[in-house]
Amino acid sequence: MIEGKDKSSIIQMFHVHKYYGSKKALVDISLNISKNDFLFISGPSGAGKSTLLKLIYLGEPVSEGQVLVDGMNLSRISRKRIPLLRRKFGIIFQDYKLISTKTVFDNVALVLEASGKKRKFIEKKVRSVLRTVGIEQRINALPPSLSGGEQQRVAVARAVVGVPKIILADEPTGSLDSDSADIILNLLKGFHTQGGTVIVATHDKELIRKAGGRILYLKQGRLLGPTPI
Amino acid sequence: MATYYHRAVQDIKDNGFLSAVTIITIALSILIVSAFALFFTNANNVMNYWGKGVKIMAYLKPEISQKNLPDIKRKIQGIYGIQDVNFISKEEAFKRLKEQMKRQSSILMNLNENPLPDAFEISIIESSQHGEKIEEIATKIESLPSIEDVEYGQKWLERFTNIFDLFRLAGYAMGGIFFMAAVFIVASTIRLVIYTRREEIEIMRLVGASEKFIRGPFYIESIIQGTLGGIIGIAVLFITFKLIASNVDSFKHGLFNICFLSPEFYFGIILGSMFVGWLGCYISLKQFLKA
Ligand SMILES: Nc1ncnc2c1ncn2[C@@H]1O[C@H](COP(=O)(O)OP(=O)(O)OP(=O)(O)O)[C@@H](O)[C@H]1O
Ligand SMILES: [Mg+2]
Repeated sequence: MIEGKDKSSIIQMFHVHKYYGSKKALVDISLNISKNDFLFISGPSGAGKSTLLKLIYLGEPVSEGQVLVDGMNLSRISRKRIPLLRRKFGIIFQDYKLISTKTVFDNVALVLEASGKKRKFIEKKVRSVLRTVGIEQRINALPPSLSGGEQQRVAVARAVVGVPKIILADEPTGSLDSDSADIILNLLKGFHTQGGTVIVATHDKELIRKAGGRILYLKQGRLLGPTPI
Repeated sequence: MATYYHRAVQDIKDNGFLSAVTIITIALSILIVSAFALFFTNANNVMNYWGKGVKIMAYLKPEISQKNLPDIKRKIQGIYGIQDVNFISKEEAFKRLKEQMKRQSSILMNLNENPLPDAFEISIIESSQHGEKIEEIATKIESLPSIEDVEYGQKWLERFTNIFDLFRLAGYAMGGIFFMAAVFIVASTIRLVIYTRREEIEIMRLVGASEKFIRGPFYIESIIQGTLGGIIGIAVLFITFKLIASNVDSFKHGLFNICFLSPEFYFGIILGSMFVGWLGCYISLKQFLKA
């Protein structure tokens, strides 16, 4: 019995493998993430951190094994329900993935529009989130005109604006100075305190040290457990 | 819905040139197709009108005497499809001819004998006013012993109908071709828009946007293009029609009763044009927007 036995677990992986062609990106990963966890996935570049996150939001399909997210078996999920899966997440992508032809406001508002929120609510909510990440003054700017750190803050704003169940953050502080990184970290902590689940992929030891929380180490696609490399 | 519409309009603005080309192409297709339709409906009206006027002239043998006339008339009237039978004496026919030829009547003056035969002018009930029926009736009349010859304006009308049918066929073919061309153009436009927005579409999916949310604006965009194209096409045709109609005398004087397409018809065409937009979009999304 795999399915949803453990009530408090929100993400489970069972003997997951991921190959890109013949390249093995992840090897035999099994893990259990509980609701309201604050989990770091760490490890050197190319270890498979981003790939692990991709399997969770179905950015990539698994090659072998099973992934369960909040009661959904991802290898059996119908195409129509993928948007439902994705709305459980707020995702901060390593490469931000902002729409370059839309303003900061529109980029963040997109999440709320897609879930059918009212215009007035969207207006208010987006502004307040942008204020929190400290990018309110660039609200009408296009992403290409922003610095890397600014883009990252927009990406964070977009991830939290929809009040998701789970935040998947791929190097959320990669382009930020330590003060800005603190703002982001506090935001994630705030989300966690309100009952959200947070998974952060990073090799930023400073961030991990400041945050505390469970750490999983990856190396060459294998899970090493909570032992530092 | 409002956001879909908003995004669709934004798309049209962002791809201004492409949208303009699409709308113009649709408009041209609609213009050509509806010009054909206009021609055919009017030609059809004219032909029906002429068809209505069809009368059979039955010429009597010269030896038939006046007192047999009521009998012959009764026989003709007994044939199914006959509406009215009118006797036209050769004197009357001669008088009519003279009236018609006013200027040249001197030619007729020189004739010392009336060369025209007595005749019956026969009109036909409406339901029998077409090719085969007329011919059938004419044959029956001709077989009467006192009738020498039968004449009706049907022969050339029939030939004209054949040519007309050919034209109509060509019209359908053209309509089909332009329909496909318009669908193809819309499909390519949408494909290009999809291509320029592929990053955006990918990101929308990643943040959990439904397919409906992603596709909706494309449909609205292409239906708007179809509608605009349709309206412009019909409008241009209407203006052209008005210009021609007010400059050509024979139209003005009601010689031909030429009229524009009926509202049902051009609303139908605009509806068809919207369908073209929808179909083009559907095809393109099916091909290029696999989830
Ligand atoms: N789409 C892809 N096609 C082929 N190989 C890929 C693809 N994505 C990742 N890989 C490979 O899989 C391995 C794991 O990549 P991944 O991006 O998960 O690493 P990472 O731990 O996130 O690294 P970083 O810290 O640099 O972001 C790498 O060797 C990478 O080259
Ligand atoms: Mg990575």
